[in-house]
Amino acid sequence: MHTVGSIQGAASTADGNPRPLLRIDGLTRRFGSVAAVDRLSLDIQAGEFFALLGPSGCGKTTLLRLIAGFERPNAGRILLDGIDLARVPPHRRPLNMMFQNYALFPHLTVADNVAFGLKQEGLARAEIAGRVSDMLALVKLGSFGARKPNELSGGQRQRVALARALVKRPRLLLLDEPLAALDKKLRDATRFELMELQRQLGLTFVIVTHDQSEAMIVADRIGVMDGGRLMQVGTPADIYERPASRWVADFIGDVNLFEGRVGDDRRSVEGTAAGRLVVAAPIEAEPRTAVWVAVRPERMRLARDKPPIPDNCLSGTIVDIGYLGDLSIYQARIADGSRVTAAVANTGRHDETTPQQGDLVWLSFPAEAPIVLLR
Amino acid sequence: MEAMLATPKRSAAQKFLIALPYAWLLVFFLVPFLIVLKISFSESAIALPPYTPLFHLAAGWRGIEDFLAGLSFANYARLGSDPLYVLSYVKSLGIAAVSTLLLLVIGFPIAYGMARTPRRLQAVLVVLVVLPFWTSFLIRIYAWMNILQHDGLLNRLLLALHIVRAPPVWLATDTAIYIGIVYSYLPFMVLPLYAVVEKLDHSLIEAAADLGCPRWKTFWLITLPLSSPGVLAGVLLCFIPIVGEFVIPDLLGGSRAPMIGQTIWMEFFGNKDWPAAAAVAVVLVCLLVTPIVFFQHQAMRAADRS
Repeated sequence: MHTVGSIQGAASTADGNPRPLLRIDGLTRRFGSVAAVDRLSLDIQAGEFFALLGPSGCGKTTLLRLIAGFERPNAGRILLDGIDLARVPPHRRPLNMMFQNYALFPHLTVADNVAFGLKQEGLARAEIAGRVSDMLALVKLGSFGARKPNELSGGQRQRVALARALVKRPRLLLLDEPLAALDKKLRDATRFELMELQRQLGLTFVIVTHDQSEAMIVADRIGVMDGGRLMQVGTPADIYERPASRWVADFIGDVNLFEGRVGDDRRSVEGTAAGRLVVAAPIEAEPRTAVWVAVRPERMRLARDKPPIPDNCLSGTIVDIGYLGDLSIYQARIADGSRVTAAVANTGRHDETTPQQGDLVWLSFPAEAPIVLLR
Repeated sequence: MEAMLATPKRSAAQKFLIALPYAWLLVFFLVPFLIVLKISFSESAIALPPYTPLFHLAAGWRGIEDFLAGLSFANYARLGSDPLYVLSYVKSLGIAAVSTLLLLVIGFPIAYGMARTPRRLQAVLVVLVVLPFWTSFLIRIYAWMNILQHDGLLNRLLLALHIVRAPPVWLATDTAIYIGIVYSYLPFMVLPLYAVVEKLDHSLIEAAADLGCPRWKTFWLITLPLSSPGVLAGVLLCFIPIVGEFVIPDLLGGSRAPMIGQTIWMEFFGNKDWPAAAAVAVVLVCLLVTPIVFFQHQAMRAADRS
């Protein structure tokens, strides 16, 4: 999307891209012998909705806490608007964080919680009152100002936490698993409200989540993290359709992986469990290199008869069917004993023509479907 | 299922368990207090026991009437008129208030530091705080007499470090009383504070910092208000026994202005005036029970609200 420039202090970098709002440069944070964040570099542009996605323990929360200033890095720099934050204590950083447990002050009312940050800025009483009531109205809690946090539902508490952070008009809002504590229905609704708020206020959001569908829905770009490092940074479509590695392909959604070697024509992979597989785009690797062919289950076609195409067909026996309503997930065992997954949209009526457990079926995919992964 | 939904009937064992603390308070608190209360309305006499009237059950109704007629408020009237008593009360309450404040100021950082220590060290620190209890309270106060005396450890240290030229007088001063009290009562302040501070959600402190609040201000706006149950417990646990403290002022303090515990002792053992001593004690109990009831009431209301 953009490359890393080297000139600081100018409004734009040498390559013409605007200077990033947040630049993380070679950041490392060790706990004992474990590097929770390991030489990580990342640029985030103003106005972006960026998601840090990864399994628990991947270092995403530590990265967030480093940006907020609650952890100190062992090495590396964090620049906000080109200013090094190393010597800036948390209470002076022009960014705010929404905590996973919300961290609302239990002894203060909702309005006082929201006003807390403004009072620290020493604003006039009238201005504080105005901004607090505006913000409470924005998060639809206009009539809840006098309540204490423990008199609110989980969803309302989440809004108070959001309001308390947003009312400061931060350059950057950090959100640590903001929706994790909500039930599914509320979570789905709140996702869109978050996106709406971010657009409406023109703010930059960095959200930490372990939920890939959440990251895919809300974020402009996603950074997939594992072991303290960024495995891949890109738009949701980039990451899903062009994963950089088997790990990313497997972490984001389901995937069928076939290991093999690059064919001499560089448009095929030979010796996989499904035989020779043909891909549309030339593979960027020497012939005979070990690679993996990744095919998403929804790109697999399922048929009772052998399809009339020469390549990328494999037969198997259905061993498992998961009916999800809109989709059915078929698991078929192929010749070498491994399982292949196909997701089929249930567009027609569910009747006796649909494949049953134990049926012999043909799985196929077009040459454009597979992604060839070198690592 | 039906048995579970029915109103639970308390078994004999449950009733016994509930009755136990009540019986304890009745036998060891209420009955003695009533005896003291009764003595406070009596008159001193050279007799055994040294007061009158006595209660003669054998004389029947007539005995009760005689007994009631013999009671008087004279002792209470004397408490107000003799400045010795008033000064004693004032001094006791003053010393208790100042030392409780000192304990709070010293105890809070200790409790806070303990709560912020890595978890496996916290148990060790708690043991260290209560470690002085392994030694008799009296012996520890005698040790302080030794430390504070004219050629004691403290003065020798001050002279050796050239902080003072001539050894100051410590013993038999109010300063010595404060030192003894703060030393003795510190665990009673630290432990309830620690219990509350240890449960404080650290993310609240971080949230305050995130919202632009500097450290020292966070303490006043977040940490202290949320620690108030521990502060209240520690204050009551220290203030009440300090008001009635006898051993520390008697051993470390001077004889000029006694604390109320010393006054009671003097009336009881020196003047052999049991009724006067009883009246002083009853007023002391009333002085202490009033704030407890008030704070309890406040705490209950706060608990109801949240």
